[in-house]
Amino acid sequence: MHVGLEHYLTVSFLLFALGLLGVIMRRNLLVIYMSLELMLNAANLAMVAFSRFNDKLDGQVLVFFIITVAAAEVAVGLALIVALYRRRQSAHVEDLTSMNR
Amino acid sequence: MELADILFYVFAAATLLCGLLVIANPFSRNPVTSAMCLVLTIISMAGLFVLLHAFFLAAVQVLVYAGAVIVLFLFVIMLLDLKAEERRRIRVFGVVTGLVAVGSILGLFLRSLGTTPLNGPATPSIEGDTAALGKLLFSQYVLPFEVVSVLLLVAMIGVILLSKKNLD
Repeated sequence: MHVGLEHYLTVSFLLFALGLLGVIMRRNLLVIYMSLELMLNAANLAMVAFSRFNDKLDGQVLVFFIITVAAAEVAVGLALIVALYRRRQSAHVEDLTSMNR
Repeated sequence: MELADILFYVFAAATLLCGLLVIANPFSRNPVTSAMCLVLTIISMAGLFVLLHAFFLAAVQVLVYAGAVIVLFLFVIMLLDLKAEERRRIRVFGVVTGLVAVGSILGLFLRSLGTTPLNGPATPSIEGDTAALGKLLFSQYVLPFEVVSVLLLVAMIGVILLSKKNLD
């Protein structure tokens, strides 16, 4: 069977579902953050597949921007996690339920 | 079956398997293992990008994700010195919400796949190499490109500010 757009979209969907499950079910802040990266990557894969099968390069330019923004997002998010850990001594979402110190 | 099709199934299986190991590893609860599986996911996804003729993006994926983002993750894991996470009870509520969310997205996906005809060209001809992408990036998308560079600067300043010892 020839591999077409729907195959790539299915892989992208499954990867997104895995990321979503990770974000909802895991408790460790860092693993939740990695699951977010999985979801971003699933979106990237769908975008590249659409770009390829529609014969337009614009989708790949958008993926380039998404990767850049994701890198910035990871830097800021991890800095926030480190700052949070310094104050609370925990990276577990169940220990981080109140906003006061 | 062509070689490209076989490679697609190999890379797709590797991507999904390693993705599963990121979120639920039966052998280890250590975040470092999750990060290592994430590297494997990213690299097999770069293989999928090559199969889609997105050569530049495959290189960027390996350089930026596997090279920079994951190293950042590992640095933070080492910095936090997380002890092996003790096994906490899995909440039923979390599992149910997760499955409901995934199920509704699955419904949306199948419905849109069933109703929308996917009639692209049988043999796509675009090549996502550096020259083609660079030409587009510096002509039509030059304004977003500059805006993204400002965004990176803002993120850098923000990170320096956030990681100061006393935030107040």
